[in-house]
Amino acid sequence: MRNACLDKVHDLARRDGRVVFIGSDLSPGLLGDMKREMPERYYMEGITEQNVVGMAAGFAMEGYIPYVNTIATFITRRCYEQVAVDLCLHDLPVRLIGNGGGLVYAPLGPTHLAIEDMAIMRALPNMAVVAVCDAAEMKSFMDVSLDWPHPIYIRLAKGGDPIVSRKENGFAIGKAIPMRKAATRRPVALMSTGVMTTNCLAAAEILAREGIDTSVLHIHSVKPLDQEAVLEHAAKAMLVVTVEEGVAIGGLGSAITDVLVEALGQRIPPIRRLALPDAFPHKYGLQSELFEVYGLAPEQIAAAVSGAIARKDMVVA
Amino acid sequence: MPSLAETTIAALPISPVLDTRSKDLRRLVVRALDGGGRGHVGSSMSLIEILRVLYDDVLRFRPSEPKWPDRDRMILSKGHGCLALYVMLVDKGFIEAEALDTFCRRDSILGGHPEAGKIPGVEASTGALGHGLSVGLGMALAVRAQKRDSRVFVVMGDGEINEGSVWEAAMCAGKHRLANLTAIIDYNKIQSAGPTREIQDLEPLADKWRAFGFVPREIDGHDVGALRTMFRQLPFAADKPSAIICHTVKGKGIPFAENDPNWHHKAKLSADTVSQMYGALE
Repeated sequence: MRNACLDKVHDLARRDGRVVFIGSDLSPGLLGDMKREMPERYYMEGITEQNVVGMAAGFAMEGYIPYVNTIATFITRRCYEQVAVDLCLHDLPVRLIGNGGGLVYAPLGPTHLAIEDMAIMRALPNMAVVAVCDAAEMKSFMDVSLDWPHPIYIRLAKGGDPIVSRKENGFAIGKAIPMRKAATRRPVALMSTGVMTTNCLAAAEILAREGIDTSVLHIHSVKPLDQEAVLEHAAKAMLVVTVEEGVAIGGLGSAITDVLVEALGQRIPPIRRLALPDAFPHKYGLQSELFEVYGLAPEQIAAAVSGAIARKDMVVA
Repeated sequence: MPSLAETTIAALPISPVLDTRSKDLRRLVVRALDGGGRGHVGSSMSLIEILRVLYDDVLRFRPSEPKWPDRDRMILSKGHGCLALYVMLVDKGFIEAEALDTFCRRDSILGGHPEAGKIPGVEASTGALGHGLSVGLGMALAVRAQKRDSRVFVVMGDGEINEGSVWEAAMCAGKHRLANLTAIIDYNKIQSAGPTREIQDLEPLADKWRAFGFVPREIDGHDVGALRTMFRQLPFAADKPSAIICHTVKGKGIPFAENDPNWHHKAKLSADTVSQMYGALE
């Protein structure tokens, strides 16, 4: 996914003279071809996230479209004020590409785990927050990212993630994608972002074998949120389950709950939010192992759904 | 509190006399202070001659076309000194003088920190300190890539350069040898909490800028003639950014506010105090 994203930056830069790449201290030779082809639009500026974001703002004020890349925790936490003031207050078309969203850097520990990136980026006015589900969808997203007139936070997954997106679904920022349609009138609605959509699709298969009908709505744009799609899927659901690789506070489930409470009032369906707890992760290992620690593996998502149904935590038609 | 003599490191004399134009501009600052009943008095008064010379003699701009692509860019990174900027924007015709009377009021375009989207001639919204130099160097790289001869000036406060982000930006500007970028420091030696020497000593300040790849020069920041001469010499080197350390007096021109940290910002300014300020500028 990261390669697809950065290759696309080079591709976009060839097509459009406004595109600039700014990195902090990334892999040796990263985008080397771009650096050779267009040195005046390639910058690797060292471990100076505050400066890199301000510099990107300066470029954007002069009409450029900077794509800025470093590790997700550093591009969000370290320079939050620069992101808020330099990018969001000025409403500039700067793209922040965060490597290792969520639990990707599991072996490196909590300093490198971007557990609240979606929440803090989502809280900023003018900022869009996008987490695609695979490398193919990343390419579709990057094409449309060019003309989005506001800042975007782009959360990258681990890489080598299974391809589950379909090109025919197209891509528009702020437009959710139904990835699995329900077969019945009163299904369970799974709503997810990033690679959790892949886990939800797998969970839906498990649930289908148990006779539980499930739809999956892929919400790549946590902000702006596709309220229409959320309401459409929730209105007919016996149970809404949100799934995200981030803390529950301020994340996707929080955004969806806000919409449902305000739009549906008393008619709100039962909601279960599967997310990371309000705590710094304390284990290492693999991203997939931490999914298991936090109940985000496909079998666990399926079990959470069937458990809720068994307890009758749902709307009976 | 140490006396000015004790807090001034470089033995630069500060010009004691203000000419008519400097007093007129300060009177406009007082007009805005009166309009808002508040404002950063000391922080604005120390800046007047720096901005006066920039706007009168140095910057290329078109008030009728604030986004003219070939203009020079000036970012007031110490956004709390905005009253000095607002009076220059009035003086040059970017905004009407009447706007000063609305300073900090609900529907005014002139807030306690300048906003780019609201005020013609303001390049960047500032107020959170330590942002301007990075934004300015991004602009400087951009105009260089576009082969424009526009120059970028970033005016910072001495307290402001406590921020680590300033030194990230300085390192970056030095690396890129941005001769079209000039950092200007309003070195009035008093930050909000007290003398800079006590709160966070900046010395040796010129050496710091030199070490980060700039060519630094020091000057009396109230000496209009000397400022003019120095700005005309920019860039100080063909392949390096420049830094001008302006030794100034906080509150300059209002004797009872000069060098007093209590006059960094004042709220609830009474009519009597406003009259006294006008009186000091006769």
